Amino acid sequence: MKKCQKCSKPATVHITEIEKHTPNEIHLCETHAQQYLSPGEEQPAQNTAVSILAQYLSTGTVELEQREIKSCPMCDMTFSDFRDQQRLGCPHDYEVFQEELHPLLETIHSETTHCGKVPKRAPGASQRRVQIIKLRNDLKRAIAEENFEDAANLRDQIHNLEQPLPE
Amino acid sequence: MRLQELTKTSGEWLRGTGPDSDIVISSRIRLARNLAQFPFGNRADKHEQQEIEELLCQYFQKLKGKWKFHYFNVEELDNLDRQLLVERQLISRELADSEGVRGVAFVRKENISVMVNEEDHLRIQAIQSGFSLEKVWKEIERLDDAIEEHVDYAFHQNFGYLTACPTNVGTGIRVSVMMHLPALVITNQMEKVFRALSKINLAVRGVYGEGSQPMGDFYQISNQLTLGKSEQEIIRNLQAVVPNIIDYERQAREALVKESRQELHDKVSRAHGILKTAHTISSEETMHLLSSIRMGFNLGLLDDLEINTINELFIHTQPAHLQKIRGSSLDSAERNAERAKFLRKHLRAVEKPNGDH
Repeated sequence: MKKCQKCSKPATVHITEIEKHTPNEIHLCETHAQQYLSPGEEQPAQNTAVSILAQYLSTGTVELEQREIKSCPMCDMTFSDFRDQQRLGCPHDYEVFQEELHPLLETIHSETTHCGKVPKRAPGASQRRVQIIKLRNDLKRAIAEENFEDAANLRDQIHNLEQPLPE
Repeated sequence: MRLQELTKTSGEWLRGTGPDSDIVISSRIRLARNLAQFPFGNRADKHEQQEIEELLCQYFQKLKGKWKFHYFNVEELDNLDRQLLVERQLISRELADSEGVRGVAFVRKENISVMVNEEDHLRIQAIQSGFSLEKVWKEIERLDDAIEEHVDYAFHQNFGYLTACPTNVGTGIRVSVMMHLPALVITNQMEKVFRALSKINLAVRGVYGEGSQPMGDFYQISNQLTLGKSEQEIIRNLQAVVPNIIDYERQAREALVKESRQELHDKVSRAHGILKTAHTISSEETMHLLSSIRMGFNLGLLDDLEINTINELFIHTQPAHLQKIRGSSLDSAERNAERAKFLRKHLRAVEKPNGDH
């Protein structure tokens, strides 16, 4: 188990910073991770909503274990990944991590429900598209495992789903 | 269209016309959108990025009747061209510096542009000169609806338009107004403005300048929150606040003219003088002096200039523009000389023939 880079406690938070295209891995304990992720003095012009996000993610202590385990079936992202990157992996994450995202959205926007413009097309189309993401991931895996028969099947399925819906 | 051609003109939004354009340079709205069937930017692999790009380019073609888009693959552009696009506000710094398959589509007038594969799959932008948010919203809503006819946007009935970062979810909208506030800067009132605006969740940031130092007295005011309010509400919030800032700036300018007209006139004339005659001049000094003459022009203290010329000079004296116009790459010292040459040429060109040069 890696040690925290700032003290001798075990590191439970692993952060990858990318500076000028070079990734830099940082391993910290919970306490030092909180300190690290809190917005510092040197960035006064930073978008406040984004720094609120960083602060929120760094101080959340609720059910860490649960978050570690649940992952999005479409893009394999865990809430822990989201905490590290501060970006979600795919649209389906909003469905998977609905509960966890609620308080976060409340903190950032003071609201949790959209009440603006809505796309004119059938919402059912979105669900179908989500299926396609899953199939694409399966396809990637099949190709990586040189499982070409499965890959061909998956490709056909994707192609069928992508046909435009009859209006 | 080749990128080089852009340097011959400026985006329409720099015309210096439009309501309150002495203080409000431009109004801009940006919408963040994602395709439902792909992972978000940071998670999409190269093939997916290419697919997204291909799909979107096809759709841009389909919109040919209403919008004639020119698409540029930013990955394939060299640094200078990327920088040029950033200077013209057609792409963000982030799109220029990131990696992967990405690009931008825009119309010749440059008042509409769409970034592809930035943080979100699509970042649609519409911009107009002056304080004209209604007009901008109408334009961008039309485009958003048109794109949506061909594309399934990632959308959730509770969370709205889904974005890579939760700070943009819901409406995915960023409404901003770029303002020129030299008098508020001179009279040390910007702190007050920052504080008042942050209380109502509006962000203020300097437009030009490296790091945290704003240059040229230009400030961008925008909304921070995107969820739980309609697009109209968010726009109205800015429409309510901006006129107050315009008033403060105008009052501050009037006060300066009343109480220290001679000093002000001197400051403005010296700025004009340096810009017309310097042989080497830095970006920073240029911004500073252009800001003075812009205000001088607005206050009627300088009359041998056109407002759109001044607006354009802000863009054309920036590093990539200078180099594209000159046709070769230049180091810092060469740029400072080229900048001075450009300024001398353009500021003298509009002088009325009244004798001494």
